[in-house]
Amino acid sequence: MASFKSTKIPIYPKLGEKVTPDTLYWKNYKAPVQIKEFGAVTSIDFSSLAPHNYAVTASTRIHIYGPFSTEPVKTFTRFKDTAYSGKFRSDGQLLVAGCEDSMVRLFDVSGKVALRVFKGHTKGVHVTDFTSDCYHILTGSDDYTCRLWDIPNSTELTSYKEHTDYIRCGITSKLNRDIFITGSYDHTLRVFDARVEKSVMTMDHSQPVESVLLYPSEGLLVSAGGRYVKVWDLLKGGQPLVSLKNHHKTVTCLSLSSNGQRLLSASLDRHVKIYNTTNYKVVHNFDYAASILSLALAPDDESIVVGMTNGVLSIKHRKSPEEKREMAGKQRMQPVYRIFVKGRNYVPKKDDFLVSKPVKSHLAKYDKQLKKFNISKALDTQLRQISCTILIPEITVAVMKELDRRGTLKNALAGRDEQNLSQLLNFLIGNVVDPRFTPVLVTATEMILDIYQAVVGQSSVVDRQLVRLQELVEREVDYQQDLLEVLGMLDTLFAASLPRKEVPCPGSSR
Amino acid sequence: MVAHGEIHVVHRGGNKINFRETVITNDSRFLLCASGESVKVYSSSSEECVHDLQGHTDLVSGIVRNPSNHLQVYSCSADGTVRLWDFTDGILIKTFIIGYPIYSIYISENHGGVVFVVVPMANDKSSELFQLVAVHLPLSGDQEVEARELSAVLCDVSPSGAASFGRKGEYIAAVKGLQLEVFFFKKQKSHRFFLKSGNKKGAKNAFTCVSCHPKEDCIATGHEDGKIRLWRNFNQKKEYTYSTLHWHHGAVNTLQFTPEGTNLLSGGIESVLVQWHYTQENQKDFLPRLGGAITHIAVSPDGSLFCTSHSDNKITIIQSCVKVSAIIQGLVKGEGVRTDLTIDPRSKALVLNGKPGHLQFYSLHRDKLLYNLDIVQQEYIHEEGLDQFEVVKAAFDTRGNWLATVEERTQKGSELEINLKLWAYDEQTQSFMLNTTVTAPHEDQITAMCFSPSPETTMLVTISFDGHFKAWLLADHSDTKEGACWSCDFVGGYHHLKPGCCCFSADGSLLAVGFQEVVTVWSPSWELLTTLSQPPGAIRDLCFGRLSCSKYLLGTSTKNQLCCWNLLTCSLEWSTPVDVSLLQADPLSENMAAFCSQSGCSDLFVFKPGEPRPLYSQKALCTGKVQRAVFAPRDQMLESCEEHAQWLNRSQLYFFTQHMDLMTFSTKTEEDRLLASSKRLMVDDSVAVTPFYLLLGKHRQQQEALTNPMAERIQLPQGSIAIKELLYTPAHVLPSASFLCSMFVRSLLISSSSASEEKEPVEEEMESEEEDSEGEAELRDARQDLGGSAAWGPGEELGAPALTKAQERELRRVKHFDHSWLSSVLEC
Repeated sequence: MASFKSTKIPIYPKLGEKVTPDTLYWKNYKAPVQIKEFGAVTSIDFSSLAPHNYAVTASTRIHIYGPFSTEPVKTFTRFKDTAYSGKFRSDGQLLVAGCEDSMVRLFDVSGKVALRVFKGHTKGVHVTDFTSDCYHILTGSDDYTCRLWDIPNSTELTSYKEHTDYIRCGITSKLNRDIFITGSYDHTLRVFDARVEKSVMTMDHSQPVESVLLYPSEGLLVSAGGRYVKVWDLLKGGQPLVSLKNHHKTVTCLSLSSNGQRLLSASLDRHVKIYNTTNYKVVHNFDYAASILSLALAPDDESIVVGMTNGVLSIKHRKSPEEKREMAGKQRMQPVYRIFVKGRNYVPKKDDFLVSKPVKSHLAKYDKQLKKFNISKALDTQLRQISCTILIPEITVAVMKELDRRGTLKNALAGRDEQNLSQLLNFLIGNVVDPRFTPVLVTATEMILDIYQAVVGQSSVVDRQLVRLQELVEREVDYQQDLLEVLGMLDTLFAASLPRKEVPCPGSSR
Repeated sequence: MVAHGEIHVVHRGGNKINFRETVITNDSRFLLCASGESVKVYSSSSEECVHDLQGHTDLVSGIVRNPSNHLQVYSCSADGTVRLWDFTDGILIKTFIIGYPIYSIYISENHGGVVFVVVPMANDKSSELFQLVAVHLPLSGDQEVEARELSAVLCDVSPSGAASFGRKGEYIAAVKGLQLEVFFFKKQKSHRFFLKSGNKKGAKNAFTCVSCHPKEDCIATGHEDGKIRLWRNFNQKKEYTYSTLHWHHGAVNTLQFTPEGTNLLSGGIESVLVQWHYTQENQKDFLPRLGGAITHIAVSPDGSLFCTSHSDNKITIIQSCVKVSAIIQGLVKGEGVRTDLTIDPRSKALVLNGKPGHLQFYSLHRDKLLYNLDIVQQEYIHEEGLDQFEVVKAAFDTRGNWLATVEERTQKGSELEINLKLWAYDEQTQSFMLNTTVTAPHEDQITAMCFSPSPETTMLVTISFDGHFKAWLLADHSDTKEGACWSCDFVGGYHHLKPGCCCFSADGSLLAVGFQEVVTVWSPSWELLTTLSQPPGAIRDLCFGRLSCSKYLLGTSTKNQLCCWNLLTCSLEWSTPVDVSLLQADPLSENMAAFCSQSGCSDLFVFKPGEPRPLYSQKALCTGKVQRAVFAPRDQMLESCEEHAQWLNRSQLYFFTQHMDLMTFSTKTEEDRLLASSKRLMVDDSVAVTPFYLLLGKHRQQQEALTNPMAERIQLPQGSIAIKELLYTPAHVLPSASFLCSMFVRSLLISSSSASEEKEPVEEEMESEEEDSEGEAELRDARQDLGGSAAWGPGEELGAPALTKAQERELRRVKHFDHSWLSSVLEC
């Protein structure tokens, strides 16, 4: 006597991304904390000093946040106009920021008033940075110039007037105090050496450059502009290495993960893409609510901070290992499992007589009904579990398929009252156009229409649903037709592009 | 044609065992069932076949117990004989020749010396009318007796299983069509009861089966619409009554009362054994999901064992309607072999579709079904007219690690459902585990599939009527959680033609796909290398040559052509006009077997592609077309030196005829060897004889003998020499009775009079003599002694020789005793 074979629920391939170590790593963040700033967040910079505070530049203010605080630890408000590019010095003591009013201000992190104000630019300053020896400041401005300033004397050291458009990004070398790179809206990237009068290297990005980034080794340079992210090999004299086009709007910000293995790019298209730096393939993707202007990663990737055009600052913290353990602990606490395991790991002694217990097979509710040939009840029990029906429609469809195989689907669908029928129709409306379920549900829909066509017009609820179903099906038919047309077009294109090859045929040669 | 005396075609196993009701012996230890031309005796506990009672020359059509001897059964056959067997020893006792083909047999205790058989109406053998006749079995000592004393009982009965004896054999009830006929032996009168045909409301009233209550006057009849009617008061023609029971939704196939009449068992297509309580008919017990439709039910005489025969060639043994205790499964042969015959490379078992939704693994060497592999994994609904999934294709890869199956379900008015499943062999469970399921791998029927034999890649090619062939590759996804699974690698086609067959070359470097009239040859990188064509006629079968003939590609076409292409020159090597219905290549040699159908018969040619003359040919192999064939590798290589039999050395060719008989080719030497091995396996003890028992049982007996010698010693005096002398010496050389009497009595006295010290020597002597392995030598010795005494003359010294003899024996015993005792001391 064989036991009842339960209904097979087909496992459909999961659509979407595959589970890779990368997705696991980048998904291991908590839900984002959101802070509303006064204007678009243009720049975020992490301090390299221990608590890793970060400076957020938005509108006319710079806020400094602690790693887990939602309230700013410190605020700099002494700006006459929109502030730009608040940056920490590598020792975390000083902070520099540009401003639309063309002045560059230097703050002590603990103080409030600017220590130094550098005047000289004639237009707004969008780029500021400290050189690696900590005594100089690099600035880039909309007046097409970039300058170097001495902090102790607060004097201008050099000025370079090589760009022909706004300078909107720049970076100093961490290894050499004299080298810095600027990117401009004139589509070029220029590498300057403070010891030389002119730029030492020029690269053409062919789009207005929005962001530049140096690899820790400083052999490679990454630039973002337009929809492109480009990687340049500095050691080969600025030879382009790769060009990535994964965003569909301007890329605004670049960042490297802490180990330097992953590159992150943020764009106005509201996505953050993460690339593998060995093969430059996208390994993960974050979605945000608004266009992203700035992006920064805390050391060790502890948090991802993203600033958006609508002034929202979104902070995602990494889940700590303790929390993970807590989650696991919760599962272990479940009593069901303990009972389940009870006595299973008991090893019988040598002389023990083993009495085997018959294994009780667990059947799902619908299977229990199917076993008893209660066909209508089987379908009802499944439809009544609303959560199950919505989340896992596979099961309901599998039950319908099984009923169809038994030749009793019609009987199971018939004889329903208004409430039952509308439940059923709701399910059909939700799933009939799903290509995984269409073959089964189309038969079911046809049967329902056959059975209940006599009572159409008696219930307003059912009628409304039927109309919706009709609209749905009509739209789907239109889609299919369009798709077929596209397919036909593609076929002709492919056929035309394939080279014609003669197959050697002995019959024809004879 | 050369006469091949040695090679002949033989039936090889796989007979129906569910043809007629099984018979359970009185002690419930054995089960007898008709299986083709023989009666098989199974042990009810071990499921092993104990005896194969051979002797009938045609289909055995019924078995009944001999009511006067519980160790004997009668069997009847279409060859017109009734045979009496002793089933414990497997001996044919008697043959009664009736002279007409017999379709079933009935017997009753109360009619001694009479069997009731169903034979065709005497005047017309071909007619569809049958009659029940009583045959008086003549009491004669001969082995073969002609039983000519027939007397008709009932006219117009159905040929099988639709008659039953009533209480104390007073009447017999038979059903046919819409009529129940009861014949009363006392009154020699029959009553007939008719039902309306009742076609309206879907009720089909036709009778299907009948069973009579053993203790009361009650007849139960089963009907086509699933009703069971209990007839009472039927000895009056008019005032009969009946009550109706209804549970079955299909026809009731069989009915049986238990021996005490407390329960009624019924079975039908639902495959549920229903047990009705006789007095409370609304109470019933069920035993569901037994397998195929139940065709017969048998109950053991003590009522403890039920036995159901199923349509899938299976017998289930059920203990008191609760537990299935054993299943005897034969080769399942449905309407046809949908899957090709294949050989499992691991178990060397023949694999074909069996029960619905299953693949069966059938051991050819042991004629036993090994196991069924559930392919569809769905609850089978026993209902007529339902479209079920069927396994239509199966293929193994060369090492037996992978099994690919295709299941199909055609539905009226909707499209075909196809699933391709790939099964991996699991070493731990020693069976195949489902790895990948591909739903709708093609848009139309899959016509063929094969695995690539190359050892580097695991690849499967399926071809379908939708005009495409697809290559499936095992892809390893070790980076993600799921393990290795299969995915489609390539989709190919040729001018939208429908492909019909495919074949890989022996090394897997070429794939040939037959697209109607064109053969396309593809490389492993999916380049179309060449096309070969020999119109007219679509390609039916393709086969690459092997070993030394691997440069040849053979193809058969529908328009009577067998072509052989040379792959090096891409040209036709030769072709012959024969209508080859089936082409098979031997995987172990260059040989090919081609079955040709010619004027309603099948011929076989075995040839090498490179040689012009066939190695072997046999005309008129069997009637009709050969459906399927396969080369099965042998366990041991045969060493036959005859040229025409050499093709059978490495592998054996099995084939299915039109009537689904499994046949094979066999040589004389092989049969001799088989016979010898079967003799070696024959065992005297009939209970639970398995090869395993043979090994262990002997061992245990030896152990018992070692550990418990006393038990044996007490019994030994029975086999004393004096008795042996008495029994085995020819009567004419024996001395007078008075002389023997004293000797005989004395021999008996030994056990009781003399003490245990005396007993042991006797035993020792016996043992030592047996060790000499010459019980006979001793006997001869005794005979000589007797002869000597006779020579001395009976009158001379009547008492003296006996005395001296006794003394002599005493001495000898003492001698033996001393010796053994000493030796035992020395050993200690």
